[in-house]
Amino acid sequence: MTMASVKTFFDDIETLKRELIRCMKCGNCMSVCPIYNIEKKEASVARGKIALGEAVLKDEINIDDETLVKLIFNCLVCKSCMMACPSGVRFDRIILGLRSAIVKKKGLPFVKKALFGLLKNPEFFDKGMKAFAAMQGLFLKSEGDKKRKPKGFLKAINPRLDEKFIVPELSKESFRDKVNEIIEAKEPQCSAIFFTGCSVNYLYPQVGDDLIYVLQRNNITVITPKSQNCCGMPVMVHGDIETAIELAKRNIDTFEKSNAQYIITVCGSCGSALKHEYPIILEGTDYEERAKKWSGKVYDISSFLLKVIKFEKPKGKVELKVTYHDSCHLKKSMKVFNEPRQLIKMIPGIKLIEMKKPDACCGSGGSYHLTHSDTALKISKSKVDDIKTTEADAVCTGCPACMMELFEGLHRFGGNCNVIHTVNLLAQSYRAENQS
Amino acid sequence: MIDKTFIEKCRNIFGRDNVLTDKAELIAYSYDATPGIPRETPGVVVFPENTKQIQELIFLARQTKTPIYPRGAGTSLSGGPVPLSKGVVISFQKMNKVIEIDPDNLTATVQPGVIIADLNVAVSKHGLLYPPDPGSMATATVGGSVAENSGGLRGLKYGVTKHYIMGMEVVMPTGEVFRFGGKTVKNVTAYDFTHLFVGSEGTLGIITEIICKLIPAPKYRKAMIAFFNKLEEAGKTVTDIVRNHVIPATLEIMDKVTIQTVENYAKVGLPTDVEALLLIEVDGMGQDSVLWEAEKCVEIIKQNNGSYKIAETDSERDSLWAARRAALPALAQVKPSTVLEDATVPRTKLVEMLIAIQNIAKKYNLMIGTFGHAGDGNLHPTILVDPTDKDEMERLHKAVDEIFEIALSLGGTLSGEHGIGVAKIKYLKNEIGRSGVDTMRRIKQALDPDNILNPGKLVPMED
Repeated sequence: MTMASVKTFFDDIETLKRELIRCMKCGNCMSVCPIYNIEKKEASVARGKIALGEAVLKDEINIDDETLVKLIFNCLVCKSCMMACPSGVRFDRIILGLRSAIVKKKGLPFVKKALFGLLKNPEFFDKGMKAFAAMQGLFLKSEGDKKRKPKGFLKAINPRLDEKFIVPELSKESFRDKVNEIIEAKEPQCSAIFFTGCSVNYLYPQVGDDLIYVLQRNNITVITPKSQNCCGMPVMVHGDIETAIELAKRNIDTFEKSNAQYIITVCGSCGSALKHEYPIILEGTDYEERAKKWSGKVYDISSFLLKVIKFEKPKGKVELKVTYHDSCHLKKSMKVFNEPRQLIKMIPGIKLIEMKKPDACCGSGGSYHLTHSDTALKISKSKVDDIKTTEADAVCTGCPACMMELFEGLHRFGGNCNVIHTVNLLAQSYRAENQS
Repeated sequence: MIDKTFIEKCRNIFGRDNVLTDKAELIAYSYDATPGIPRETPGVVVFPENTKQIQELIFLARQTKTPIYPRGAGTSLSGGPVPLSKGVVISFQKMNKVIEIDPDNLTATVQPGVIIADLNVAVSKHGLLYPPDPGSMATATVGGSVAENSGGLRGLKYGVTKHYIMGMEVVMPTGEVFRFGGKTVKNVTAYDFTHLFVGSEGTLGIITEIICKLIPAPKYRKAMIAFFNKLEEAGKTVTDIVRNHVIPATLEIMDKVTIQTVENYAKVGLPTDVEALLLIEVDGMGQDSVLWEAEKCVEIIKQNNGSYKIAETDSERDSLWAARRAALPALAQVKPSTVLEDATVPRTKLVEMLIAIQNIAKKYNLMIGTFGHAGDGNLHPTILVDPTDKDEMERLHKAVDEIFEIALSLGGTLSGEHGIGVAKIKYLKNEIGRSGVDTMRRIKQALDPDNILNPGKLVPMED
């Protein structure tokens, strides 16, 4: 491993000072923070956590103080605060820097260590996921229609895993296993890597299928490298920067093996990891420049279709009332929010009804919904209530992690509404056109 | 002061979940939005859910001589909620219910923790408006803004918080619950306690319920932006508009430094060679009168050699407002820290004040962008500094002293809307004199004999 020549905020908490000092404590973050909105405590919101960071640097409190650790991990990293911040404080860096410092001092908790260790070895991880898929019946009972519910004993382990919890069934065959690594277009407009992300690979292969179909319709050569691995976001937000760096480097190596012109993502978190986080975490390494180069090639599918290529407009009719949920990382990190709406509105027959707060977080936060289930459930409920007032048939979004959370929330709080990805709608329209 | 017994009693009063005692949690209550004032970590933070709990806390605090610091959202700009002598912070975040909206009496009765923007969402369903709109209204609470007597962008036409409070319930520092005022437009019973408690900065009593006055929301509005090559012409436009009996809802000014910084940051298409711009918005219930007012403004702008753009659609209005909204964010990008003052002068002294600020910036080699509520003479000279640069911080303090001195010499005031708190307490005597300070002390001592309510703020207890 190359040693970092430049000190980044992951190496030395002192480097956070320049970022912390920019916070004026104006409190604008309080108006948008989903957690503060529920808990109403100063330490729930960015401004309070920044004050904690300042106190750590002034030696007023230890970085491994038990309560401080809890408070610093009580953040969805949804970046809503950054959208509202008048001083442009990069709170994502602050929170990751603090978490990274905590992990360096205390080490990872046992469960995280085991899980992240598995992620570090993509082959083991893949085998593990498939083994789990085969054995999921031990933990999760089938509800039919590719849905699963936790068995009774899990509730004792995590209160969220109660009788109302529901997840999509893990596919026995992963998406990347069944799809051809290279699908050539006859007269390609260009070639693009499909970065599937883990959720599509194991939970939502249908999103992957539809993405490939949409790209084929648009004459794009699609490369879905088998050697791609987790984007690193899940470990990074837990402060395990070392693992995140390793995963990032391996992904960059994989990208470089192909001579694709673009990278396409269908997940806001994966996309923002590749586009924004890699250049930051790889700062000072010999991967920095390469990360920056690839960062410029990363597109969410919706902006890729509308901004990069000559796009075949969807003509098939889809009779559906749809509302759109903005994934935090897709909107607040990748700044993609117009394009998916444009795409949805192009489809004949679809009526797009906006909810009151489409960009309010769904409460997933990766694993936040399990680690902080009390607050997460309240966030989820207000999202579901907002969705319900639209009376839409389906809620559409650009991120599989949100899809899971919305699916669970709608099931729990009783909304009669399907959850779909933007590419599902697009593929549906293309297919409808074929049939007519 | 605060020991185990005290905390145990707090838990009995408020419930375990409504009492914070861990150091890490408490550190997050050591500040408000005021730059450059001391921070202090409270001994305990409590979240009341009703008036009775606050009464019990007062009894407890009196017995133990523990200071109490009420806190809304902590967006204040003079240090109001900072627990200078540790003690108890009362956070009103969980007393946040709109108790009643009475559209016929045009009132809303609220708990102090209601967010100002939320109150406006609630009353808008009746076509009504609660006009005070401080910049932080998406976060700030009604209780906090009543305690600080906050202003906002609509002050010229609609006034400030004190004009919209009709009565309240207060827990006195001696523990009695006192209700005064009510829903009647007219009420001359007893002293005018409403005006005593609005702006009392938590030093005289703890506000637990507030009756707000509402008005019908204006149906029509027209916004325009005007550019001037001379400050004097912008200043004359402001006074000419008022002299012609047009009272715009918004009459905002931005100086050259601010305009250039905004354009550099937000690229909203502002000319960067002008000396000042005015953002003007007129509103009202009748389309004709609003159009007449807008035309009058245009006429006056032309007379004063200004160029202008008028918004024909909502999206054009948004783009005009974008410049004003970007003022603080843009300035905040330039240096790590910003010090935003709110010295205020009579409208007719606006230009003199602006020029004086420019001279102070030159004299102390500081970057100062000035924007603000021109119609109110309420300017926000925003000084951009790096807190790690000791020399610059020293120059900053001298510049601030001088800004206040000049504002007072022009017949103005130390604070138009941010309050005195700790930030301006040392200047207080310069404005209200010895007799003023003595009067304030006597009021404070009469109502709060133990000096337990927000000590160290607003009222200088020692010379």
